[in-house]
Amino acid sequence: MTDGSVVEQPAGPATTEPPESAPHPRRRFASDFAEALTTANAGTVTVLAILLALLLGAAIIVVSDENVLATFQYFFSRPSDAFSAIWDAVGGAYGALFKGSIVDVETFGQALAGEVPWHRAFDPISETLTNAAPLIFTGLAVTLAFRAGMFNIGAEGQAVLGAIAAGLVGFGLHLPVVLHLVVAVVAGAAGGALYGFVPGWLKARTGAHEVITTIMLNYIAAKLLVWLVIQEGVQRPGRQDAISKLVDNTALLPQLAGEVLRVNLGIVLAMVAAIAVAWLLQRSTLGFELRAVGLNPDAARTAGMSVSKTYVMAMMFSGGLAGLGGTAMLLGPAQSLTPAVIGGIGFDGITVALLGRGKPLGTVLAGLLFGALRAGAVRMQGEADIPVDMVSILQALIVIFIAAPALVKAVFRLREQRAAGLQQALAKGW
Amino acid sequence: MEPGEIHALLGENGAGKSTLMNVLYGLLQPDEGEIVIDGQPRRIDTPAAAIAAGIGMVHQHFMLIDVFTVAENVMLGEEQVRSRALGWLDRRKANAAVKRISERYGLRVDPEAVVEELPVGVQQRVEIIKALRRDADLLILDEPTAVLTPGETEELLGVMRSLAEAGKSIVFITHKLKEVQAIADRVTVIRRGKVVGTTAPDVGEDELASMMVGRAVRLTVDKQPASPGAPVLEISGLRMVDDRGHRVVDGVDLVVRAGEVLGIAGVQGNGQSELVEAIMGLRPALSGSIRLDGQELLGRSTRQVLHGGVAYVPEDRSHDGIVRDFSVAENLVLDVFDQPPYASGLVLRPAEIRKAATQRIAEFDVRTSSADALVATLSGGNQQKVIVARELSRPVKLLVASQPTRGLDVGSMEFIHARVVDERDRGTAVLLVATELDEVFGLADRIAVMYRGRILGIVPPDTPRERVGLLMAGITEESEAPGGAA
Repeated sequence: MTDGSVVEQPAGPATTEPPESAPHPRRRFASDFAEALTTANAGTVTVLAILLALLLGAAIIVVSDENVLATFQYFFSRPSDAFSAIWDAVGGAYGALFKGSIVDVETFGQALAGEVPWHRAFDPISETLTNAAPLIFTGLAVTLAFRAGMFNIGAEGQAVLGAIAAGLVGFGLHLPVVLHLVVAVVAGAAGGALYGFVPGWLKARTGAHEVITTIMLNYIAAKLLVWLVIQEGVQRPGRQDAISKLVDNTALLPQLAGEVLRVNLGIVLAMVAAIAVAWLLQRSTLGFELRAVGLNPDAARTAGMSVSKTYVMAMMFSGGLAGLGGTAMLLGPAQSLTPAVIGGIGFDGITVALLGRGKPLGTVLAGLLFGALRAGAVRMQGEADIPVDMVSILQALIVIFIAAPALVKAVFRLREQRAAGLQQALAKGW
Repeated sequence: MEPGEIHALLGENGAGKSTLMNVLYGLLQPDEGEIVIDGQPRRIDTPAAAIAAGIGMVHQHFMLIDVFTVAENVMLGEEQVRSRALGWLDRRKANAAVKRISERYGLRVDPEAVVEELPVGVQQRVEIIKALRRDADLLILDEPTAVLTPGETEELLGVMRSLAEAGKSIVFITHKLKEVQAIADRVTVIRRGKVVGTTAPDVGEDELASMMVGRAVRLTVDKQPASPGAPVLEISGLRMVDDRGHRVVDGVDLVVRAGEVLGIAGVQGNGQSELVEAIMGLRPALSGSIRLDGQELLGRSTRQVLHGGVAYVPEDRSHDGIVRDFSVAENLVLDVFDQPPYASGLVLRPAEIRKAATQRIAEFDVRTSSADALVATLSGGNQQKVIVARELSRPVKLLVASQPTRGLDVGSMEFIHARVVDERDRGTAVLLVATELDEVFGLADRIAVMYRGRILGIVPPDTPRERVGLLMAGITEESEAPGGAA
């Protein structure tokens, strides 16, 4: 027996063993907690991967900082200069990242003293939430497809279609307040769902791999958008460049804290979507089917499930969520269609889903983290003169470390988790 | 272990046989204790160390690259090169090496054949050659006969004998008592991770079995004579092709009556699997008809067939029968999860699912820590019980069981056999597909022998085994002795 989880009882009449007594529940908890921290479980690896990415990012900041490099030339005569320059560079960058995304203590103090209006203190959080909402949607889209055993690379294209549909309703129709927003959001979801249906249907009918088809559909969606925004009736009157009309005010996602902060209803909808996806996966018959097909399509088929129907449904739901991501982008910060309106949220959604490890809650947390990085990047560029691209590097590093957990385990010398997959695979001879 | 000895390691599924051998081969590390080879305590922490110590292992699941030739697979890891700098492979030398080993030990195999085109038994020989090529003195064979036909098993036992004569020691892991008695010099029985005893193999099957299980077991199936009723399943003129377009089922006519077990005997790959898949709506047929109580099944979905009163125990348990990362409870409702009381509308009702699972676990004696445990953590026998429990929880007119006890330990096998007989006595028609003659003869009331997509004959279970064996090899009495007495 390789692990304690294989319960093998005597073959005779099952004897009931006396329940194990736990004399020191409190100490037990502490040791369990320590064990959880030092073994390679998903949570620990994720946190350490983020930490490693920040460390490596710091190294990149250091070697690309002119001040630091200057001090290196006389490192051996005055090493303290180099160290303080390194501290300035890294601390400045990450400090600005933090101030731009969570809270700027200085502004907070000024707000307390009444020197600046209160909303300034909440501006960083507002920016983080604004950026996080679309990412949570696309992250959920990728997560949902992933649980059905598919890799939806097409969240980008589905988000584009969602934004287009929401935009056409937003500036094309003129409906009363509330109704206009509802119709625009529903149109956005439907646009994405329709675009997700295509690869799902192709896979179910012809076996075409969804990775290939969704990548191709991404190109088509991107070019469709480029073409659309310069058409008459869509292009903003009086403009020669590729930009559409402004969405009516009635169709915009309302700002949660008034005009002064950008944070809008999108983040609330994203949270609701996360709860809905969690419910769908765990508590609905459709989710049961979806998970069964994702884990073992052959057994699902043998038990009478329709695997192809499940693929199509999963891709439609996934596309719908990605479409909502595009909608949140358009009806939130963007307000008009441009070729770059999506801002890469589809592709970032893949990394968000990877970081979230296929779980809705994890996806929300990952979306918030990447939203914070996007929000902080602006401040970092302005204050510490580090290009926003640094954030892309950080995101990439985090995902690489998540994808290579063995690396993280080796660096931090984590103990192997009991009942690891490898051991189970090798003990198949049972 | 002594040189030239064949030592059988006998134990139920989950008794610790494979773990012990994985430790020996360096795949797992011991918590305590030591391994002594030739009087020296050795630390074996990787398979490479095991190979260096002269230990070779043939896994239950082959470690071969399907699209490479036999010789390429054998030289894998220590490739023969013509020129070191350019890395040209010397195929001729590799072929010669394979030929040398295969001739020396009677392991017939063509070095230039591509592995995926070889039958399972020959692939296994390649694995053995691989181990011998690296000068293994101790060979570990992990359940080598589980995947073999009776004929191939005989051949393997012959190979093992000639290896032993050449001075190689062999650890033979199995739970098949007959093979142990046929070949082993000594037997060690393991139960729940402990050595129960080491004996000579001639102590008798019953005693070995009770050592394995820890209590007396019945090796034969107790059953009353069948009282067949009306036909339930009628197959006529069924023709099918496989994925590559070969004709695999070629005009099969069969009738299974209520209250009887019809066993299909045959060497694997003679169309039995496809036939079963056609009944279950998993594979289309070219022509013919399959009727359940007079209703045509061809063209219906798997779901309609299942809910129309057919229970199905698939041949490949972990591939088609269970979702490994689902809980026991979830696996038990894989077919009815969306019907009341397990769901109302779109909403699952976990409490009901759990309640039903707890009941089934008790009824079918599934050994699991709880209904929420992942099925993957259960032993093979208990996984099979989960499948049987699920399938027999619907109203059933016909039970289709394909290799229902393959790879199972004695205790689980006994249980499954008893359930099949139970179902029969309740008036269910049973279609049993098996490659093990013991199982067919033990359970079936009539035996249909299938060969190359045809039913060569239907015989009663008191027919001599030799005759069924000949039919399985495609030899009918007519073709053997034309005009002879029937």
